[in-house]
Amino acid sequence: MLRRRVIPCLDVRGGRLVKGVRFRELRDCGDPVDAAERYAAAGADEIVWLNIAAESEGWHELLRAVERAAERVDIPLTVGGGIDRPERARELLLAGADKISVNSAALRTPELIDELAERLGSQCVVVAMDAARGDGGWWTYSRGGMQATGVETVEWAQEAARRGGGELLVTSIDSDGGRRGYDLDLIGRIREHVRVPLIASGGAGGAGDIVAALQAGADAALAASIFHDGDTTPDDVKREVAACGLPARI
Amino acid sequence: MTDVCVVDYGAGNLRSLRTGLERAGAEVTVTDDPARVAAAGRVLVPGVGAAGTAMTALERRRLAGAIRDAAAAGAYVFGICLGLQLLFEASDEDDVPCLGLLPGRAVAMGFADRVPHMGWNDVTPQADHPLARALPAVCYFAHSYAVEPAEAGAVLGTTELGGRPFASVAGAGRVAGTQFHPEKSGPAGRELLRAFLRWSDRAA
Repeated sequence: MLRRRVIPCLDVRGGRLVKGVRFRELRDCGDPVDAAERYAAAGADEIVWLNIAAESEGWHELLRAVERAAERVDIPLTVGGGIDRPERARELLLAGADKISVNSAALRTPELIDELAERLGSQCVVVAMDAARGDGGWWTYSRGGMQATGVETVEWAQEAARRGGGELLVTSIDSDGGRRGYDLDLIGRIREHVRVPLIASGGAGGAGDIVAALQAGADAALAASIFHDGDTTPDDVKREVAACGLPARI
Repeated sequence: MTDVCVVDYGAGNLRSLRTGLERAGAEVTVTDDPARVAAAGRVLVPGVGAAGTAMTALERRRLAGAIRDAAAAGAYVFGICLGLQLLFEASDEDDVPCLGLLPGRAVAMGFADRVPHMGWNDVTPQADHPLARALPAVCYFAHSYAVEPAEAGAVLGTTELGGRPFASVAGAGRVAGTQFHPEKSGPAGRELLRAFLRWSDRAA
């Protein structure tokens, strides 16, 4: 049976692991490859690296870190952030990423999704989107949640899948960092309308929140601080997932 | 040390595969040189991306013929993910002819409720085969097409999706492969790579 997945997300900049509050007050937290390896040993089903560097800053260092990760981490690695053209996606895959994720650039130029899917295959193209509740639904924001786009999120999710996105990574801006649970309505709505795998993100405060996101229809749940702060481990979360009757890799 | 030749046709992440094979005890050559592929005793055909693009790249670099030559000369040929699909006669993806080393074709997984099939799933052995001895296992998948071998005996392992089994390990003679990524499947995947390295029809 296909397992539901638990995915730690690591912020990286210039090839280093960083932590901060909403991309501010960043501090260096070591080597993201070490962290990825630790999480793999602790039961992570996949790892996501979110490159939060501006423009081309630290791109070379990111590629070198991806190369090292590919040599040491034997579970899938998705890398997103700053992929604004197919060449960058290809560079990451050749360095050793298994999937890439696009966000702002796809909102600016939706055809980028078609191009990436055609050249690289849908299965390695993740479309990430940041959504906030607003008039009559959810609205999509670009540039790390800073810029309104006027794009309705459930519609954007459908379009992203139609264009060849192989997986959707949906972050609730309202819930992100709050540790009070995922936006379950958002997960449920997108699940009703798309057939590709859905990764829920934003708001995990504990294993119970992850279970709720998976019950709401997510195929996978992404979390950051609950793992980084040592509150729990992917293995512990998955035991809880299994105890609630959902398939988990234990 | 077992020598393995990994066919490099620009298929993406070969670094994990090289490391995985080395950890399993292989001496690995990653090459796009048709002569080296044709002369290899163990050939690994990796693959991500679409069948059409991959076959074009293999043909353009004269690697398609080299893989067929290696197989004809008695090499053990192993495909991973798209690499497994390419070993068959054709793929519905881009409607392209493939390497034709195994009878059957790759078809779209229209039966599944979720496509692509993405994540960890059970692989159950269906034959007494050196590769199937690394099973059962939970392995990592990322694909939208699956192979349908023309001969039932070529199904070495199966995985269920949407209540229906599909061939997740397939092969005949010295040609075989997995739909999942052993190099991304943690310790279970390492066992499978070891089984590939030990695979010999003489020892049996």
